[in-house]
Amino acid sequence: MSDWLIQTFRRALAVFSKRDMDNDLDAEMRAHIDLATEEYIGRGLSPAEARRQALIRFGGRDSATELHRDTRGLPLIEVLMQDLRYAFRTFRRDRVFTLVAVLILAVGIGANVAVFSVINAILLRPLPFSDPQRLAWLASNRGEGGLSAITYNVESYEEFQRHNQSFEQIAGYNPFMGDGAWKLLGRGEPQPVDGIQVTGNFFQTLGVQPAVGRFFLPEECKKGGRPAVILSNAFWHRQFGGDPGIVGQSITLDSSQVTVVGVLPESFDFSSVFFPASNIDAFGPAILDDLRDTGNVLSMVGRLKPGVTFAQAQAEATALLPELRAAHPNWEEYSATIWSLKDYVSGKLQRSLIVLWSAVGLIFLIICVNLSNLMLARTAARNKEFALRSALGAGRGRLARQLLTESLALSITGSIFGVGLGFALTTYFSHQTSVALPLLSRAKVDWYSLGWAALIGLAATLLLGIGPIFKISSGTLSEALKDSGQGLSEGNKHARLRSILVISEMALACVLLVGAGLLLRSFVRVLDVDLGFNPENASAITVDIRDPENAAKRGAELQEVIRKVEEIPGVESAGISDMLPLGRNRNWGLWAKGRLYSRDSMLGAYVRVVSPGYLRAMGMRLVGGRDFTWDDGPKGQPVIIINQAAARLHWLGQDPVGRTAYVAGSMECQIVGVISDVRQRSLEQAAGPEFFIPITQAYPEGADLVIRSKLPPQSLQSTVMNTLRSLNPTQPVAELRPIQRIVDKSVSPRRFFVMLVAVFALLGLVLAALGIYGVISYSVARQTQEIGIRRALGATGPQVQLSVIARTLRLALIGVILGIIASVAVGRWIASLLFGTQPGDPATLAVIVLMLGIVALIAGYIPARRAARVDPVVALRGN
Amino acid sequence: MLNRTMNTKKESKLDLLQGTLDLMVLQTLAVMGSLHGYGIARRIEQVSGNKVLLNQGTIYASLVRLQQRGWISAEWGTSDNNRKAKFYSLTKKGRKRLAEDAHYWQRLSDVMSSVLAMSKEGNK
Repeated sequence: MSDWLIQTFRRALAVFSKRDMDNDLDAEMRAHIDLATEEYIGRGLSPAEARRQALIRFGGRDSATELHRDTRGLPLIEVLMQDLRYAFRTFRRDRVFTLVAVLILAVGIGANVAVFSVINAILLRPLPFSDPQRLAWLASNRGEGGLSAITYNVESYEEFQRHNQSFEQIAGYNPFMGDGAWKLLGRGEPQPVDGIQVTGNFFQTLGVQPAVGRFFLPEECKKGGRPAVILSNAFWHRQFGGDPGIVGQSITLDSSQVTVVGVLPESFDFSSVFFPASNIDAFGPAILDDLRDTGNVLSMVGRLKPGVTFAQAQAEATALLPELRAAHPNWEEYSATIWSLKDYVSGKLQRSLIVLWSAVGLIFLIICVNLSNLMLARTAARNKEFALRSALGAGRGRLARQLLTESLALSITGSIFGVGLGFALTTYFSHQTSVALPLLSRAKVDWYSLGWAALIGLAATLLLGIGPIFKISSGTLSEALKDSGQGLSEGNKHARLRSILVISEMALACVLLVGAGLLLRSFVRVLDVDLGFNPENASAITVDIRDPENAAKRGAELQEVIRKVEEIPGVESAGISDMLPLGRNRNWGLWAKGRLYSRDSMLGAYVRVVSPGYLRAMGMRLVGGRDFTWDDGPKGQPVIIINQAAARLHWLGQDPVGRTAYVAGSMECQIVGVISDVRQRSLEQAAGPEFFIPITQAYPEGADLVIRSKLPPQSLQSTVMNTLRSLNPTQPVAELRPIQRIVDKSVSPRRFFVMLVAVFALLGLVLAALGIYGVISYSVARQTQEIGIRRALGATGPQVQLSVIARTLRLALIGVILGIIASVAVGRWIASLLFGTQPGDPATLAVIVLMLGIVALIAGYIPARRAARVDPVVALRGN
Repeated sequence: MLNRTMNTKKESKLDLLQGTLDLMVLQTLAVMGSLHGYGIARRIEQVSGNKVLLNQGTIYASLVRLQQRGWISAEWGTSDNNRKAKFYSLTKKGRKRLAEDAHYWQRLSDVMSSVLAMSKEGNK
C-alpha cells in the first residue's frame, strides 16, 4: 500500500517536472540508439545501415515518449489541465461574460461561506468547554421572567447540589453583577472592572484549565478567606500586558487587596456564551455565606454524570425540588427546567439562523439559474465551434467533458474570490461587538467553511454545466454547420428551457423578497414600539458611590453629584438608577395591602432603585402622583412609584396613588406616583409590573447617572468625568454612552438578521432582473430576422415592442404567482420570527408584487425598444 | 545473420502480457547486476531467443514505473565502450518483489500448462 502511495506521489511530482524528465529520457534514448548502432557496426554493417537498424529495433521514439509520460505521470489530471487551459483560453476571448460570471459566483459563494461560518460558530460547533454535550443549564420558573425569577438562592443551590444524583457538579454564578462591578485602584487612573462572582467549582464544572496560575482554593471561597480573583485573558493582556508575573501579586479592587491567583485561557469566552455583547474582565469567588440572605442570586450550570440523559436529570429535578421545598417552607416556588447548555445559548436563534441560511441558499440557486442561462446562451453562440470539433472527431462525451471543465473553471475561480469575500465578511461579522449574538465573535473561515465552499462550488459546477450539456447532446450538431446564420429562431425546446429558468428565478426572488419584506416590516414595528422612555438626547455613565452602605451619606453624596452635573451648561436634567431598562434586572415581591393573594400569584415585580429626577432624565412619563424628592429620606415614610402594569395587576384599575403596598416581604410603602409602562427586558416583550424605590431608602446595585442634554455625549464626556472626579477621586474611567446604544443592542440580533436577509433579497431582485433582461434581449437578438419579416409584413414598431414587453410580463407573472404561493408557506414557517406582522401581510405582498412587476417591465422595455427599432431591410439582408 | 533473424516471421512473435515485461526487467537486473536500458532490452531478446515482440523503446516506460515504485534505482554512468548511459540496478525492495512475482508466475505457468494439456487430451 505504501508502495502505491509513494508511486502516486512520484507520479504527481512527475507532472510538474515534465521538461526535466523528458530531457532525461531523450538523452537516455539517444544513448540507447548510439549503443545499438555501435553494436551493429561491430557486426559489420555500414554506419548508415547500422543506425537504420538501431532505429527500427527501437521503435517509434514519439510513442515511446508518450508511453513513458503516461506511465510516469497522471494522464487524467493532465487531460484535465489541458481542458482547463483550453477553457481559460476561451474565457479570455469572452471577457465580459467571464467577468460577470465570476463576479456573480464570487458574491454567491462569498455570502454562503460567511453565513455558514456564522452558523457554524453559533449553532454547529460545540461550546468552547470540554465535553460540552454534558453541560446543562438550569432555570427556575421555566426560564421565563426576569433574572430573579429564574435564579436560585444559596440554600436551594446547596440543597439541590447535595441531593441530586444526575449531576457530577453543579456550579453557579451571580448574574446580577457585571459592568463596573469593581474598580481597580493603585495603577494609574482608577479603572472599571467588569466582574462576576462564581462558585468555587465553576471552572472545573465547565472543564477549563487556567492559562496561568490556578483556580480558587476551597478556603478562598469561605467567609473571611483570603480575597482572590481570576482574570480573563483579554483583561490580563489589556491591563497587565500579559505578564505572567502578575499571578500571585495582589491588586486593589475597590477598597481591598485581592490576590490574582490565575488567568483564564483565551479560548474561554465566558461573556460571549452567557452575556453576548458584554464583557467580563475578572471572576471573584462567590462567598456563599455572604450571599445567603440576599435572595435569588445564582444562575446554575451543571455537568451531567456520564451516561445520564437530560430527560433523566429533568425527571429527577421535577421530583426532587418539591421535596426539598417541603423541608424549607421559607423557599419560593423553585423549579428546575433543564436545557443542554448549547440549546439554552443558541437554541432560540436556530430558526433565525436557518432562515438566514435558506435565504443565502436561495441566492445561490438564483445565481446558478442565472449563470446556467448565460452558459446556455453562450453554448448556442458557440454551436459552430462544437459542430466543428465534433466533425473533427471529438465524441459527445469529450465535448460534455469540455463543457463541464469550463463550468468547473468558472466555479473554481468564483470560489477562490468567493472564499476571499467570505473571509472578509466573516471577519467583519465577528468584530461586530455591539451585536448581542452569542459566540458570534468566534466566527471564522475554518476547514468546515472551506469544505462548504468546495461543496457549493461543486454544486455550481454541475448546475452550470448541465444546461449546455443537455443542449449539445440533444441537438444535431451537424445542423449548425449547414445553418449559415442565426436567422431562424431557435427550437421551441430551448426557448422553453430558458423560459422555465427565468420563471423559477422570478419565483425564487419573489420568495426571498416576501420573506425579507415580512422581516423588515416586523423590524420597523419593533422600532416603533413605545419604549416608555425617550432615548433621544439621553446618555448614561456608571458612577462610583463612595459610601454605598450608609443611606444618609449615600443620599447626600448623590444629591451633590446630580446637582453639580445639572450645573454643567447644556445639561437639562440628570438622575441615577441602579439598573437601566433593557439591561440587568431584578425582582422583588410587591403586594397591595389589604388584598388576599393565593400562593401561586406571588409574582415579583421589577425593582429599580432610583434618585429623584431619574424619571425625568430618562423621559419616562408620570401619569399620576409625583416623582421622588430628596425629602423621601432614609428616616422618612417609605415611598414607591409603580408602573401601570403593577397598578392594573394589584389595584385592579383603581387609582393606587396614596395607597399602601408591601414590598419585599414586609416593608410598608406608600405609593406616590404611577408611570406609564417601560419596556424592561426587550422591545418585543410587553412590560411586567415594576416599581421604583428612592435611592435613599433601598440599597442600589450599582449606579448609572442618566443625563439629558441636547449636546452629544462626546462633548460632555470630559466635563462630566471631571465633575465626578472632583467629587470622588476614585471614580473609575467611564464612558458617557448614549441611551440609544442600549436600545440598539437590544434589537441588534433582529437588526443583524433583517439586514442580511434584506441585502440578500435585494441581490436576488437584481439578479432576477438581470436574468430576465438577459433572456429577453437574447431572444430578441436571435429573432432579428423574424422581427424584420413581421415589420416588412406591416407590423408597426409599437406593436413589436408591445409583444416583447407582453412576453416579459407573462414570464414574470407566472414566476410571481408561483413565488407568492410558495411565500405563503414560507410566511407561516417564519411566523414565530415576525413581530406585529401577519405571515400573509397584504401590504408587504402588494409592495413585492409591484416591485417585481416594475423590475420586469424595465428588464423587458430595453430589449423591446431594440426590437421596435429593427430595420426590416437591414434585418432581412443581414447575416 | 541479423537479416535472417529479422525476416523469420513464420511464427509471429509473442505479445507481452501486462506486467510480464516488468518481471523480465527485474530478473535481468538480478542476474546481470547494474545495466543500461539498451543492455536490458538486448539481454531479454537474447534470452527469449528473439521470440518476444519488443519495441526496445517500450522498455523505458517499464523502467520508470519500477523506479517510481522504488524497486530499481538509476544512475548516470559510463559504459564499457566509454558512452554515457543511465544504469539501473535492483534495490532491496525490488529483490524481494522479484522473488514473490517469480514464484507467482511459476505457479501460474504450471497451472496453465496442466490446464492446456488437459484440454488437448479431451479434444483428441
